[in-house]
Amino acid sequence: MPALWLFITVLVLGLAGFVLGRKRVMADAGGDIRKLHSLPNYYGANVMLSALIPSLGLLVLWLIVQPMIVQATVASHIPTENYADSGALNLLMSDVRRVADGLTLAVSQGALSPQAAQDLTGADDVRGLLGNLGIALGTDIEDYVLTAAQEYRVKSNTGNWIMTVAVIAAGVLGFALALRATSKSHRARNSVEKVILALLIGAASIAVLTTIGIVFSLIFNTIEFFKLYPADEFFFGTTWAPSFGGGSELGILPLFWGTFYISIISLLVAVPIGLFAAVYLSEYAGPKMRGIAKPLLEVLAGIPTIVYGLFALITVGPMLVGLFGKDGSFGVNWMQGGSAVMTAGLVMGVMLIPFISSLSDDIINSVPQAMRDGSLGLGATKSETIKQVILPAALPGIVGAILLAASRAIGETMIVVLGAGAAARLSMNPFEAMTTVTTRIVSQLTGDADFSSPEALVAFALGMTLFVITLCLNIVALLIVRKYREQYD
Amino acid sequence: MSDLSSSQNGAPKNSLLKVDARTKKRNASEARFKAYGIGAIALGLCFLVTLLVSILGNGVPAFKQTFITIPVELTESKLDKSGTRDLEVMKKVTTFGYKPLVENALVAALEKEGIENPFAKAKDLAKLLSSSAPAQVRDVVLDNPNLVGQTVEFRLLAGSRVDGYFKGRVTRDALARDKNLDAAHLDIADAMVAAGMMDTTFNADFVLGADASESRPEQAGIGVSMVGSLFMMIVVLCLSLPIGVAASIYLEEFAPQNKWTDLIEVNISNLAAVPSIVYGILGLAVFIQFAHLPQSAPLVGGLVLTLMTLPTIIISTRASLKAVPPSIRDAALGIGASKMQSVFHHVLPLAMPGILTGTIIGLAQALGETAPLLLIGMVGFIASNMPDGIASGFLDPNSAMPAQIYEWAKRADPAYYERAWGGIIILLGFLMTMNIIAVILRRRFERRW
Repeated sequence: MPALWLFITVLVLGLAGFVLGRKRVMADAGGDIRKLHSLPNYYGANVMLSALIPSLGLLVLWLIVQPMIVQATVASHIPTENYADSGALNLLMSDVRRVADGLTLAVSQGALSPQAAQDLTGADDVRGLLGNLGIALGTDIEDYVLTAAQEYRVKSNTGNWIMTVAVIAAGVLGFALALRATSKSHRARNSVEKVILALLIGAASIAVLTTIGIVFSLIFNTIEFFKLYPADEFFFGTTWAPSFGGGSELGILPLFWGTFYISIISLLVAVPIGLFAAVYLSEYAGPKMRGIAKPLLEVLAGIPTIVYGLFALITVGPMLVGLFGKDGSFGVNWMQGGSAVMTAGLVMGVMLIPFISSLSDDIINSVPQAMRDGSLGLGATKSETIKQVILPAALPGIVGAILLAASRAIGETMIVVLGAGAAARLSMNPFEAMTTVTTRIVSQLTGDADFSSPEALVAFALGMTLFVITLCLNIVALLIVRKYREQYD
Repeated sequence: MSDLSSSQNGAPKNSLLKVDARTKKRNASEARFKAYGIGAIALGLCFLVTLLVSILGNGVPAFKQTFITIPVELTESKLDKSGTRDLEVMKKVTTFGYKPLVENALVAALEKEGIENPFAKAKDLAKLLSSSAPAQVRDVVLDNPNLVGQTVEFRLLAGSRVDGYFKGRVTRDALARDKNLDAAHLDIADAMVAAGMMDTTFNADFVLGADASESRPEQAGIGVSMVGSLFMMIVVLCLSLPIGVAASIYLEEFAPQNKWTDLIEVNISNLAAVPSIVYGILGLAVFIQFAHLPQSAPLVGGLVLTLMTLPTIIISTRASLKAVPPSIRDAALGIGASKMQSVFHHVLPLAMPGILTGTIIGLAQALGETAPLLLIGMVGFIASNMPDGIASGFLDPNSAMPAQIYEWAKRADPAYYERAWGGIIILLGFLMTMNIIAVILRRRFERRW
């Protein structure tokens, strides 16, 4: 029975449990709701949950574990002379799975009888057969692949049958036990609430699971990469020249340089504008001006980065070439193409303005009014108050905001993918194309490379570096902001 | 005191009425500082205006398309030799079979209108038409086999360069270096417009249609990737709303002050700041490499975006739970509700408008996100088919709106840039609607305590 139908069956069982549980307890109390410990619905819910939780838990567990076990046993039966290493075995197994799925499809469409599918040998034209059903196979199927696929099917089928029986049995067992325990003195609400609390805790833990997932998915592949490529050459190499034919040089320094150069330019644009805007909005502007300008600036933050990327590629790049390029208005010939550090940096700066202005605005607003009053009372002008009292008081928070903005700039992808170019070089000229860590992650992972080559795996090492850098920046920034907030709360 | 009285007796050295140099300097610096502030805001708004003008100016033409209206004779001997109108037989005639019909129809139409045609070969003249024109005719014929043998009026797409000429993208000078179209074609095009055979009108296919191959920008539309985005948003909504609300309820209402709670809180604030591309790597490694979910499927995209938006939703939900005053909880507990009942029956409904607002804003963020989608393979192919049903909508490869825009931006033909900007207008339209709904929800239902 397919998992979907099994799921529906179990759900129906649960619903039946709800109705029966409720009915039973009402009968037990003789229809008098006051004799019950909990409201009647809790008794129903109790039976329902007792049926659903063990069966659905088992179902999910089974769906995860069974393919692993089947795959391991089938893989162990493939003669070792047919593959060189574990990577080749993985490829082989994906072939096996595809053939097995194809055979199953063929049976379900009636092109083969179940027996005939098991009787196929390498001599039959399996590839043609599956090709007719729309399953394309790269090469002709070797004998051992077919045997393995047939074994895979048999094992999966048996597994599925056992799963169906086990899941339904677990559901019925939970159902029966809970129904038997249902009586008017049973504390149904307490047990139902315990389950709900467990669900809430589970949901909250997903955040931790996500972090663990990120770390693990990066770490394993990064270790794999460092097995193939020396770590010191990666961290200190000054050339980035991946070639999928082998013999690549994968030094991260040029990428770092591009990333930091672009981030610095973007911060040079965003910090003064954002900070002055925040100061003006919180200290000078009347409520009307504030009500109009603040949301308008924040529109900039709501625009997706792909829009900024396109803006950089099509509008800003050619405009800068028109100013600084060959035959440009300034006649300086600094810029060859539209994709350049300057292009990406400027546009990213625009993107970061609202980020800096709204964070600094909050921080400036949380400086106590008494400090302003004191300074103004001593005869300082408004701008002197701001420069000598408010900004120093708000400085740690503003530094935190700038760090958060920096971490955003470093991790930003679409603007640099479209605006910064693809050439990895160490150069001081901001009008030259350079490339960044994020751009290279995209280009290394969207190619057709297989995941076992250092050229693809390097993306995970780059991702790891990026993750660690942004994580450090974020933690420092959050600590600063939090510490500062406590001072005036 | 004596100092004061002595200065009062003599002539006042510095009067408040007379501005001295130092005060002047301070006032000037005050004025300057204020001007910097206004300048910064003006600059920011100026960027916003430039961005919007550039989006609208470049994107609006994408919604219009040039069409050529000509009668095409559907010759029976070419399209259905057997004369049986049997669909299976007629399907054997490929678009190559239709091509001469369309080309000859164009030549005939020009002759009829008396427009001079300098091209000897019909093939050269047919560069006016999109290369998808024969396929357009074929689709109509296969839908309605009885048309064979008649002369039917068709509204065919003009080629992208002809289209660009009417939108000002292609100039005669630029054509000198272009071997796909000559200036003579443009003369014919002008004459055809005068004769009413060619017109540039609103193109619904751009909004509803599918993507096309690199050489046919005039045919490309964003409809299929819109459906892909829709399925992704369904996944995001169905997962992130319940999980986010449950997590926030736990953290805000039940969590004891201990290490585990601290860890979760630190984690959430960090996840909110992790670069989105890292989520893409996570999705690639966990959902595709490890769990073997299909590549490019909206389901996978939805899962990745869910993980990405969860922190946003949790943070805003916690804020709105916190805004419900403790007296509500106390009152519920006081009349005998359990803690769980007080939260689910009283606190949660009161916090709902705030939660929904936060969720909509989170969804808007997810809708515009591109970087993680690149890594799970939602670019690099042509999203040409609408999904057949709900299951295939979730599992079959599809694109998403921002990924489609990126794909167009990467293609070399400038006609695709226009499409990309047009796609952005649609995307921003969706985002604006969502944000306006969020604002309205907040204005109408949020209570101040």
